[in-house]
Amino acid sequence: MRFSFVRREVGNGIRRNFTMTVALIVAVAVSLSLVGAALLMRAQVDRMKGYWYDKIEVSIFLCGNTSVAFTCTGAITDEQRANVEAVLGSLAPTVQEIFYESSEDAYGKFQEQFAGSAILANISPDALPESFRVKLDDPANFEKVASALQSVQGVESIQDQRQLLDRFFQILKGLQSFAIAVAIAMLFVTVLLVMNTIRVSAFARRRETSIMRSVGASNISIRLPFILEATVAAVIGSTLATAGILAAKYWVIDARLAPNLTFIPFITWAQVLAIVPVLFLVGVGITVFAASITLRRYLRG
Amino acid sequence: MISFDNVSKQYKNTSSPALDSINLEIEQGDFVFLVGASGSGKSSLLRLLLKEETATTGVLTVDGVNVAKLRNRKVPAFRRTMGIVFQDFRLLPGKTVFDNVAFGMEVIGKPKSEIARKVPALLELVGLEEKSHRLPSELSGGEQQRVAMARAFVNQPKLLLADEPTGNLDPATSVGIMKLLDRINRIGTTVIMATHDVAIVDQMRKRIVQMEDGKIVRDQERGMYGHTGQ
Repeated sequence: MRFSFVRREVGNGIRRNFTMTVALIVAVAVSLSLVGAALLMRAQVDRMKGYWYDKIEVSIFLCGNTSVAFTCTGAITDEQRANVEAVLGSLAPTVQEIFYESSEDAYGKFQEQFAGSAILANISPDALPESFRVKLDDPANFEKVASALQSVQGVESIQDQRQLLDRFFQILKGLQSFAIAVAIAMLFVTVLLVMNTIRVSAFARRRETSIMRSVGASNISIRLPFILEATVAAVIGSTLATAGILAAKYWVIDARLAPNLTFIPFITWAQVLAIVPVLFLVGVGITVFAASITLRRYLRG
Repeated sequence: MISFDNVSKQYKNTSSPALDSINLEIEQGDFVFLVGASGSGKSSLLRLLLKEETATTGVLTVDGVNVAKLRNRKVPAFRRTMGIVFQDFRLLPGKTVFDNVAFGMEVIGKPKSEIARKVPALLELVGLEEKSHRLPSELSGGEQQRVAMARAFVNQPKLLLADEPTGNLDPATSVGIMKLLDRINRIGTTVIMATHDVAIVDQMRKRIVQMEDGKIVRDQERGMYGHTGQ
């Protein structure tokens, strides 16, 4: 079997089967784009988790004059405050750092955050509770801190910032599952399309293959042109999907999202480039797999 | 060279066997007409020889090889020891005469130099050296069958199987094809030809194997189509 012969056969096959080949390229490109999007979304969520979980804290709000919690009897006393701090100190190493924020500090931050907003006029420093902000070794250890503090006198409430984040991550995870489901459906469509393309191609060339068989061409040289034909389509489709994903990184994430959403760490180029080989592997892999199965059925040895 | 020892072939979902206890010996250099009505088992017999099908029971040996036990990956090499021509010629319409014959060599990986040397010789053997750049559609039926025979001969097979090679040809053209087959036979090639063509069989006076309902009902040296006796 000579290279030039195989190349010519593949060329002929694609020309003869042009519309099917184009359909196959588009299907591979679309399904791989979805696979890529799902993979990138997962990388994005991981990256945000790593970044934000590192920053989040547990806030322990202390009783003020207007607090109604059963652990409160008016504003917290100095003694109670010292006790809360002691309890927090005893929770090391789960509790790694403890910051105290007075009502004035909280008001200062609030002023910064809502500078220029009318809401500032209605808030006085008294309305913002003083608090301890605590950094944990692992955000998952929130329950330990909560159970140790929830019945301590002078503690009004304990807030886990991770809960707020997790709700957000759940939405992202839902989107990711949806992308994966659509990607799987598209991959399935791609497999069917490969099978149909190969079948049409094998039928169009049944005379060639029957001659090849009768003069004793090996199975591989009979099947290789068909497999390569599908592989060429898969490689073109994978390239288009890759181009789409790189374009999305460059024009959507880097040019639009990143400058405006500075508090979100976006996926890096290294992470994007890492999925490119995966796309090619999936694209070419399922195509060759589907083509081989079909040939087994339609080109009997 | 070829030996059918009690060979039967039963296709799935059919009640009666396509081949029923066939016993047949064919020596190297023989010329055998395989005659009988459609469905009598001629094609099945050829398919077994090509290992397109495998016998249900019995042993078929070709050149000392038990065909049923041949491994799949050895089948291509096995087929290179035989050539086959069909009633419908099976030429590739988009390729010239030269390229049609060359195709048979390209697909088994023969080098270009060998193709360039051998194809003209094969075309000369079948008397088409003048028409090597014509397309099949520009040739008569008889010429097309000659091209197919040249292609069947690319591997210089010891055995040539012909499945009704004159079935689509007029009597005068058929005679030419038979002369060519006879020539190929005289250089030592075993020829097995399935046919309905009474005139040709009677004219050639070769060995006749007649089949009916999957059985061999006559095996006669120098026979004639319609005559079972001397």
